[in-house]
Amino acid sequence: MISNELVELSRLQFALTAMYHFLFVPLTLGLSFILAIMESVYVMTGKEIYKDMTRFWGKLFGINFAMGVTTGLTMEFQFGTNWAYYSHYVGDIFGVPLAIEGLMAFFLESTFVGLFFFGWDKMSKLQHLSTTWLLALGTNLSALWILIANAWMQNPVGAEFNYDTMRMELTSFADIFFNPVAQVKFVHTVAAGYVTGSMFVLGISAFYLLKHQDVPFARRSFRIASGFGLAAILSVIVLGDESGYTVGEVQRAKLAAIEAEWHTEEAPADFTLIGFPNEETQTTDYAIKFPYLLGLIATRSIDEKVDGLDAIRELKRNRIQNGMIAYENFQILREDKNNEIAKAIFEKHKTDLGHGLLLKKYTENVVDATPEQIDMAIKDSIPKVAPMFWTFRGMVFCGVLMLFIFAASFYYNMKRDAHNQRWLLKMALWGIPLPWIAGELGWIVAEYGRQPWTIADILPTHLSTSSLTSGQLHGSIAGFFVMYSTLLVIELFLMVKYVRLGASSLHTGNYHFEKQGASHV
Amino acid sequence: MFDYETLRIIWWAILVFLICGFAVMDGFDFGIAMLLPFLGKTDDQRRVMLNTIGATWEGSQTWLVTLGGITFGAWSIVYAVLFSGVYAGLLLLLFALFLRPVGFDYRSKLACPKWRSFWDWGLFVGGTVPAVVLSLAAGNLMLGLPFELDGDMRSRYDGGLFDLFTPFPLLCVLVGVSLCLMHGATFLHWRTENELAERAQKVIQLSSLMFIALFVLAGIYIAFGVEGYRVTSVIDTTITANPLHKTVEKGIGLWLSNYSAYPLLLLAPLIAMSSALLTPFFSAKGQSATAFVASSLAMIGAIITAGGSMFPFVLPSSLNAISSLIIWDSSGSHYTLKMLLAATVVFMPIVLGYTIWVYRIMRGKVTVEQIQANQHTMY
Repeated sequence: MISNELVELSRLQFALTAMYHFLFVPLTLGLSFILAIMESVYVMTGKEIYKDMTRFWGKLFGINFAMGVTTGLTMEFQFGTNWAYYSHYVGDIFGVPLAIEGLMAFFLESTFVGLFFFGWDKMSKLQHLSTTWLLALGTNLSALWILIANAWMQNPVGAEFNYDTMRMELTSFADIFFNPVAQVKFVHTVAAGYVTGSMFVLGISAFYLLKHQDVPFARRSFRIASGFGLAAILSVIVLGDESGYTVGEVQRAKLAAIEAEWHTEEAPADFTLIGFPNEETQTTDYAIKFPYLLGLIATRSIDEKVDGLDAIRELKRNRIQNGMIAYENFQILREDKNNEIAKAIFEKHKTDLGHGLLLKKYTENVVDATPEQIDMAIKDSIPKVAPMFWTFRGMVFCGVLMLFIFAASFYYNMKRDAHNQRWLLKMALWGIPLPWIAGELGWIVAEYGRQPWTIADILPTHLSTSSLTSGQLHGSIAGFFVMYSTLLVIELFLMVKYVRLGASSLHTGNYHFEKQGASHV
Repeated sequence: MFDYETLRIIWWAILVFLICGFAVMDGFDFGIAMLLPFLGKTDDQRRVMLNTIGATWEGSQTWLVTLGGITFGAWSIVYAVLFSGVYAGLLLLLFALFLRPVGFDYRSKLACPKWRSFWDWGLFVGGTVPAVVLSLAAGNLMLGLPFELDGDMRSRYDGGLFDLFTPFPLLCVLVGVSLCLMHGATFLHWRTENELAERAQKVIQLSSLMFIALFVLAGIYIAFGVEGYRVTSVIDTTITANPLHKTVEKGIGLWLSNYSAYPLLLLAPLIAMSSALLTPFFSAKGQSATAFVASSLAMIGAIITAGGSMFPFVLPSSLNAISSLIIWDSSGSHYTLKMLLAATVVFMPIVLGYTIWVYRIMRGKVTVEQIQANQHTMY
């Protein structure tokens, strides 16, 4: 049997490396579009300052992009190194968007990123502008394909189990491409990236305005960031991915956990604003509720129910029992492919095979599970409420704060008075970490909420790992920790240094530090 | 459109194509990184070297990333068994590759000589270690890896990092390193001038001879010292992908049996050696582009030699030969192979198209004068 320690360590490593990677990705997504917008203004108006803006923010983009590439490499390989059984079991489906991501997106972004930095004097204005847009397109396409892959883990459609090859096989490419969860996830995640890019530019521009450093440069950057950012944060909130939580049981369990809906309520369900989820009593203490709101958000209707955790749990009992039948007949089929009776029973219950596999954590043979073991598997099958409840609220809270910052910035911008609102500038500056906090919390909601599955209802996390030892995992986690911490310190050091220098880092002779210390340069 | 058998052959060919693409495109980046501390005597010279590949290395590395993605999709079990098996080796590769994006981008952003020297060595490691690990892996692939599959297709691997360092794989490392050195120096010779180009020319001559000698030695080793593999049961090329339905034998010299079955395959080692021989001549005559084509052909020839000798094996198992993965029993499903083929046919030409365009834009020699005039924008 696979040791729990190995599984937990593999999860820890994946979570650490994925969340670390996601420190850099959203900024790449957002900043690449902001660069494209700035350069478009430059090409349309011919004003040099917009070119300088593109180049300066481009430098910061480059410092961040390098870390995104570095940490992304880990993600591409880690499925194979640490989740080998997963890779075999679902690679026929999951590997497809990943392969296409390489062909369609990675090549595009990494080929044009070099040209973006080094092609300024070698191409026409329009050619360079196209390069920047293609770079932005490449980064966003990469997000599209990885989220199609991720959405398939949440809501696996278009695939079927093949007992001869012992794996899931793709049956419909269109299904995985048009997976409703993928659509919602893509929009939500890239828009969150645009918010991150905007908040970054907005906050740093506010820093310059507060210090009266290169004010015309900073005001223009601030303006673009507030407009783009407001549009982005509205998309994130309005097109939040709650609506994706109605498809598939795992998604529904997440929703119930997020909302601490212990029992199914009459439609439309109330929305719990805040409270203290209590796993023991299956209630939320001191809950403050908004009537009807949850039903409206989640189902976009007033008469559809939102399933409570108790209802989902009952469903699980049934499916686990059917899963045991499926597993039993699947074993018969492996010995005797032509056993028609076993085949018929297996076909009937095969969608529950994954639930049978949940029992593998407790008994290798699955079919001999005791009622206690079945109860334990049912308990496992629902994510814990408190972490889901709090991370989700943390994310929304950050979002609301950012909405306020962007709206106020946009408003004062329209009045051409933003640079005098010191309170707002300070808020924008101190608000820089918000999109990162929101993004990481969002990641926890989506991926912790998927437990106990790697592939919802199909493959339990417990079975997905490679056959490694805990010692190997200790070694690799230590290695990642040392490498990543060192690189992060270096990255932040450079980033802060270039942020402080500001546009002077372009060495055009037109900006703050060069004008002041002209005699020294 | 294509039957399962044909698709499996096509996908084997695409795998070989991607490996060749990676070796040709990123091989010279590795070579230049290996030469960086030795050929670049001054900071400006090292910057010249870095800037010959500064705008394009990232696209080149994407060949490796895409190779990973394609293997995941089209050869899932190969991806699973290989990557989890050589766990420590893969992490070593990964940690070394970490140093490249940051090394290139951060190195010249500060003027401090210690900072720059730190990253120069970082880039050296980032180019050398991957070339070593990947050649080592290629050598071990030919020997077979100590894994076995159980009935659930879960792989168990019986070995550690140091078990990979045996004589034949180490010989392969030398072959791979000399190829990268020749390839990198050829590119440098093409894109630099004066001192650097002269030094590069010496490296080309030396590494070309080194490669040919080592390559012949490796061939002799394969004929007389390496156990190859052969499928002994009847092969059904359209069977569902379950590796446990065949029998396999091991024996010295079996990796040469494809050369008697398909004599055309002999062209691969011949091209590898003759191209390597011609590379220094072309570059000495100033035909740098032709020299680069020749060194690329040497790379391609060497890879096809290795891949062709092993066909239809992709990943032989030294622990339990039956578990060996061959192209007929470790591929993706028929439908997945079809879908991925469509994607490849559409996107690969586009990728090649814009890659060529970028190289055209960035063409011309990189000089010390350019570096001095663009202190703050070039790497």
